Order: sequence, then C-alpha cells, then structure tokens
Amino acid sequence: MDELRDLYQEIILDHNKNPKNFHVMEDATHKSDGHNPLCGDRLTVYLHVDGDRITDVSFQGSGCAISKASASVMTTALKGKTVAEARELFHKFQDMLTREDAAIPDLDEFGQLAAFAGVREFPVRVKCATLSWHTTMAALDDENKIVSTE
Amino acid sequence: MDTVHSPGETELLPADIEAIRREFPVLQQEFYGKPLTYLDNAATTQKPQVVIDRLRRYYEQENANVHRAVYSLGELSSKAFEDSRIIAQKFLNAASEKEIIFTSGTTDAINLVAATFGRANLGPGDEVIISAMEHHSNIVPWQIVCEEKGARLKVIPIDDRGDLILEEYEKLLSPRTKLVAVVYISNSLGTINPVKKVIELAHAHGVPVLLDGAQAVSHLPVDVQELDCDFFALSGHKVFGPTGIGVLYGKEALLEAMPPYRGGGDMILSVTFEKTTYNDLPFKFEAGTPNIAGAIGLGAALDYVMSLGFEKIAAHERALLDYATEQLDAIDGLRIIGTAREKAGVISFVLDSAHPHDVGTILDHEGVAIRTGHHCTQPVMERFCVPATSRASFSIYNTFEDFDRLVQGIRKVQKVFG
Repeated sequence: MDELRDLYQEIILDHNKNPKNFHVMEDATHKSDGHNPLCGDRLTVYLHVDGDRITDVSFQGSGCAISKASASVMTTALKGKTVAEARELFHKFQDMLTREDAAIPDLDEFGQLAAFAGVREFPVRVKCATLSWHTTMAALDDENKIVSTE
Repeated sequence: MDTVHSPGETELLPADIEAIRREFPVLQQEFYGKPLTYLDNAATTQKPQVVIDRLRRYYEQENANVHRAVYSLGELSSKAFEDSRIIAQKFLNAASEKEIIFTSGTTDAINLVAATFGRANLGPGDEVIISAMEHHSNIVPWQIVCEEKGARLKVIPIDDRGDLILEEYEKLLSPRTKLVAVVYISNSLGTINPVKKVIELAHAHGVPVLLDGAQAVSHLPVDVQELDCDFFALSGHKVFGPTGIGVLYGKEALLEAMPPYRGGGDMILSVTFEKTTYNDLPFKFEAGTPNIAGAIGLGAALDYVMSLGFEKIAAHERALLDYATEQLDAIDGLRIIGTAREKAGVISFVLDSAHPHDVGTILDHEGVAIRTGHHCTQPVMERFCVPATSRASFSIYNTFEDFDRLVQGIRKVQKVFG
C-alpha cells in the first residue's frame, strides 16, 4: 500500500483534478502531439519560445492521472526555462523514473517534479509520466509528428 | 456484497469450483499478500496441471520431429501430434481431420485465409464484410489484402448496447461480397453474436463466412457443421492450452481450392527445381516443423474442457455474469460498456473519477488482475467515445468472491480519486 501512496500523492491527485495550463495556445511557436497507444493517452503540448527561452507552456488532451498530472507539473516547471535547461531537466526527470541508482532529488531543487519519484516502482507507468516530456522534446526539435511511446 | 447466491441444478457447486481451482497452479499464488484474483481471461486463460504435465511428458518422453522419422520415438511424437488433430476435430465437430489446420493462433489462422483465399478470390471492386466490434486481428489482414487487390472493406455497424445491426448487414451483402469475417464473441464488449443468422444471410448470397472464435471456444460448445461456417479460427492459449498454437478449421472443398500459405518442408509431396507438388490436406498449409508440443498440449486442454462439459461451464459463467453485472451496476459513477442481449465472460467498464490505467494499478495492489486499455479494438473504443476501458473477463475457475474483491478494489479506487 505504501508504494501506492507514493504513486498517488496528493500533489499528483491535485494536478490530475485541476491541471495547470490546461488549454490550447493560439500563438504557440512549437506544438506536438503525444500518444500512448497501449492505454489510449493522447495529449498536445504547446510552447511559446522567445529566442532560447520558453515563455509559455500549455497542454490539452486526455489520459490517466499520472500522465495528466505529469504534464501539468511539467508546464509549471518549464515556464521561464531556456531550451537547454528544459532538456537537462527532462534527463534528470527521466533518470529519477528509470535509474535505480539515481538520487531522489529534494523538493527545493526539483520542486513538484519530485512527487513522481514513486513511479519508479511501477515500470509500466513510466511511459505515462514521460509522455508529455517526450512530446515537449519533439516540439522543441520541431518534429511535426505524433510522438508515440511504443 | 452480501448477496447469497444459490446454485442451480446444472451449475457447479462451490466445492466443484474449489476442485477446479486446485488444478490451476498459477491461481495458488499471492500478490501483495493477497490471493490472485485473475480476471483477464479474455487475454489468456491459465493452464491446468493436465496441460502442463502433458507438455512435460512430451519433452521428457516423446520429443522427435513429426511425420518423417522411421524410429519408434518419432512414431510416438507423430501419433501424439495427429491424435491432437483428431481431438480438435471432435471439439469442433468437423467432418474430417483434413479440415483441421494447426496454426500459431487465431491471428495466424485469419492471415492464412486472407493470404490464400483472399488473394485468390478478391479483385478490384470486390468487398469483404467485417463488423465494428472486430479485434484488430480480424481487421488488419483484410485491409492488407483489400489494398493489394483494390477490394473494399465494409463494416457492419453496432448499436449502443453493442449488438450487430443485422438490417444494416443485410444491406451490405451484394454480388460484390466475397467473404464475411466476424467475431463470435467480442473480446471487449462480451457480445455473443447471432452467428448462425449471419451465416444464413451470407450463404443466401453464396458468400462464405469466417468466424473469429478466439473468445468463443472457452465459453460455449462449437459445432462447425451445425453452424455451417466456412472457416473458424481459434487460439489454444485462450482455451487453457499453450501459447503459439491455434487451429484454422476450413471446409474441405474450400481448403482444397486454396493456394498454399507458406512454402517449406512438410507441405510438399515432391520438389524439383522445375515443379513442386503440394501435399494433401491438412499438411498443405503446415510448412516447416510445427509447434508439436503446443499442438499436443492443446489436445490435452480441449480434452480437459470437454470433460468438464459446456453445460456446466455455461451455467457457472452465466451466474457469474449476472452477479458481477448486478454488483458493478450498483456502483455510482461506474458505467458498463457493452450491454448486449447475449453476453459471455466479459464486463468492460469506465469510472467517472478514474482512468482505466489508474484503476488497473490500484486493483493490482489488491491482487486483482484486470486488463485496461483498448483491448486491440480501437474502433470499438471510438464507437463508445471512450479512450479505453477496464475489463474484467472470467472463466470456469472464477468465483463470486473474485467479483467481491473486484468491487472492493473499485471502491478503493474511488476513495483515492474521490
């Protein structure tokens, strides 16, 4: 049960219920669609990039609590970051979810992203937590294709 | 949840179910300190000890390649392999064992028909009729061959309950129709289709019918002669047998007229560089060393089902379906997807408060194994406007308590996401 409590933390449940930046962005400079065919999760990430800085992020779509909350937290974490910082954050986030030896970042450094550390105990759910991130990276790479977790 | 269930006459008694459960080693396990509640039988069924023992005996005492050996060991394996074909013939009540082709499963069987019968009989403007509740394995092979031949796929629509709309089906049948391929029992909705009627209507137009029987064979008795279907596909692992083995039944005259599927050993009578003569049925469609152990294990599985008897299986599953439907219907915020008039073994549902994937994870921690997702039927999900469902599918070894645990688990999900 403790693993479950770690997975479905209050932060995650809150973001699932009331996701932040959950809307279409009309003046987005970058946009990409993400899809997890196994569970039917679908989302679109919108970015407004000014020079090398991400000035705005939003998303739309449907998915499980983990994918929706992760997208929501990600949008708050990326706003104001440079593209390089965003990529670095993605790698740290991915490490936290997949690497046994990765230190669990503290809340000061990682903010609400640390709430997803519990996903590591649920390998089949890692894709849910990273879908929005993969989609964002694809948008930044300007790949105009649908990102699939499969 | 305290409903007391009183068994009917043909029904299995709790003690009978206990005895059946003891024959399935997998079910004796615990997960997260809780007994395994296995409700994913539409994906695959568990294996009884007799099947596991049969596989073991084959590898320990009978292993040799089939059909060509002159030594005694090879005779043993060939006999066991061909005996299984006869068991499958009996199980389906096929007219001849020549009509029983071993395949790797339902998908392989359908691909065989698409690649041989389909390629030989479809031309530009011709049509294949399928239904809106097909598994991807009964959609994609037809799309491939239709695209290759310039033929078209026509789809029988389904209503809000998940029943085929037969009037629409009748309108689709025409001189252009070359084959009807429909599922007997839907894996995502549980609908038992009126296949006899489907076949009658097709035959009235001179059109042969393929039935995807993957879900059907563990729930109801199949008599291919009585149904008068032209092809019937099944998977061993969905009827308590091993994975990687299945059967294609086809009427002899149709199979005779079809070109071979794959080329190789065993499917030939003679080979020269100038000309190859193909083997007789059923070997014409069985190139290469077959899944010998799988076929023998399947024989043991089919014997096992026949020894239980479909009357008892059906009565038990009907009681489970009624109980489970009633229990799940009583949960606020839960909607059952698929309420066809005739259903078997499957209950798909969605919760207002939680996504199926989250439902699956939380239930897993209660020891309850269900499937979540689109169940390889994306068009069905689209039809019911849901991205995915949670699906509980059951079998002979499931109990009323299994559904009590499912319901408790769902209440836990609702508490977390309340």
